[in-house]
Amino acid sequence: MDTMRERFAAVTTRLLDEDPRLAVLLAVISADRFAEAARAHPRRVIDVGIREQLLVGAAGGLALTGMRPIVHTFASFLVERPFEQVKLDLNHQEAEAVLVSSGASYDIAAGGRTHQAPADLALLDTLGGWTVHVPGHPDEAEALVRHAAAERGTRVYVRLSEQSNRTARPVTPGRFQVLREGRAGVVVAVGPLLDAVLEATRDRDVTVLYASTVRPFDAAGLREAVAGTDAADVVLVEPYLTGTSVPFAADALRDVPHRVLPLGTAREEVRRYGTWREHVRAHGLDPAGLRERIDAFLG
Amino acid sequence: MTLTGTDSAYDYTDLPRLMSLMTGDEKHGPAATSTLDALWVLYDRVLRVTPATAEAPDRDRFLLSKGHGPMAYYAVLTAKGFVPEEWLAGFGSFDSPLGHHPDRTLVPGAEIGSGSLGHGLPLAVGTALGLRAQGLTGPAVWVLVGDAEMDEGSNGEALAFAGAVGLENLHVVVVDNDSATFGRRGGPAARFAVEGWSTATVDGRDHEALYQAFTAPHPGRPHCVVARVESKD
Repeated sequence: MDTMRERFAAVTTRLLDEDPRLAVLLAVISADRFAEAARAHPRRVIDVGIREQLLVGAAGGLALTGMRPIVHTFASFLVERPFEQVKLDLNHQEAEAVLVSSGASYDIAAGGRTHQAPADLALLDTLGGWTVHVPGHPDEAEALVRHAAAERGTRVYVRLSEQSNRTARPVTPGRFQVLREGRAGVVVAVGPLLDAVLEATRDRDVTVLYASTVRPFDAAGLREAVAGTDAADVVLVEPYLTGTSVPFAADALRDVPHRVLPLGTAREEVRRYGTWREHVRAHGLDPAGLRERIDAFLG
Repeated sequence: MTLTGTDSAYDYTDLPRLMSLMTGDEKHGPAATSTLDALWVLYDRVLRVTPATAEAPDRDRFLLSKGHGPMAYYAVLTAKGFVPEEWLAGFGSFDSPLGHHPDRTLVPGAEIGSGSLGHGLPLAVGTALGLRAQGLTGPAVWVLVGDAEMDEGSNGEALAFAGAVGLENLHVVVVDNDSATFGRRGGPAARFAVEGWSTATVDGRDHEALYQAFTAPHPGRPHCVVARVESKD
């Protein structure tokens, strides 16, 4: 199976052939994967070099001429380093764009903190108006990239990861999917953490919602799932900073007395290298780590 | 080609009065007017854009990157019919579309919102790339920056890239009033020249010199005009 990042490059190469309004902006990262596309569309595949402020600023300019830029690099250099460009050159200008990151929270584990961006979505949440996709499988990544490319006039963030579930689910932008129904609580699994959540809750009577699109947050879907349980107990399992979606869940359930257990990556640095699998365990996001905390919460 | 001016009720001599509507002062010091002459020559004689073509895909684009002190910009936009004169008195107030830094969604004719320094040139690079990608070779892209603004790293990224790829439809006006904290040997133009840009340095109060510099041919290269004005201090 290819990775989400490989799939993104392949599908975007085809999309460039189909839609003359699309352009790809790169800052060296993944440029080798777009070599064929750059030969076919030299004016619409643009590598600005290691210049991430220009990467996002130029995307804003392209959008002001009516293009839909697809902007790609590692999450740390796409959202965090040029954050003021995201805020001013995209949001403030009302410029449309698709930002596609790879690396996610701990994919580049051996690269250390400099190449990890577990707070990318929390930061983006300080701005309004971003659709955010967190695919859990390369097939979902393809479907969501296609959806993002076609959705004119919007700002979309697609967060690609090395981590993947065994099977793909249909994508339903804006709606969480009910994968299992139970009475003891609701567990929301985001993107590539679904398999671990299903295993961790295998013998618990809980509803499992799957989210490959987290913004907009499906408030109605969460309310409906909670209404079907005996206890308004909600577990949010996210592959990025713990608690990122808590404000959205709290707002969705503002009329319902409820409890929330947020699970995600720790705020503190994990000063370890190794593999992303080891970091999944270090953050307690493997089935055993999830089960222990979910059991303690639900009792 | 001049598309503006002939039927306008305003000319250059009206600009101080229009600025006074915003500032309440009859006279304006060098800082407030540092951009005034460059802006006037551009809008009066160079830019192919009018209120009627403000949304046309093939219009010239002018991006004000140095968003501080935009009174001269608003005065020129008023003189050229983009902004109604009645708006000027409300400058900076809650209900006014005209803020101390411009917002493109509120000001007719403003291509970008600016204020935080170092955003206009990267946006202009993207605009030039976007026009080129669509085969629109006619429109020129202009961006006005201050000499101190060139200290921003984002501008360093943009000017090196634009020079390297020969972004011919891109034009920068650097209004140089010696406000950069450490200055630069050779002035702002030296930095553009070393990255492969066409450059000219002229008296920023001399309309004919500005016009000649703005319209100088620069095949295959982006063009930078340094407009020297009185020192800020």
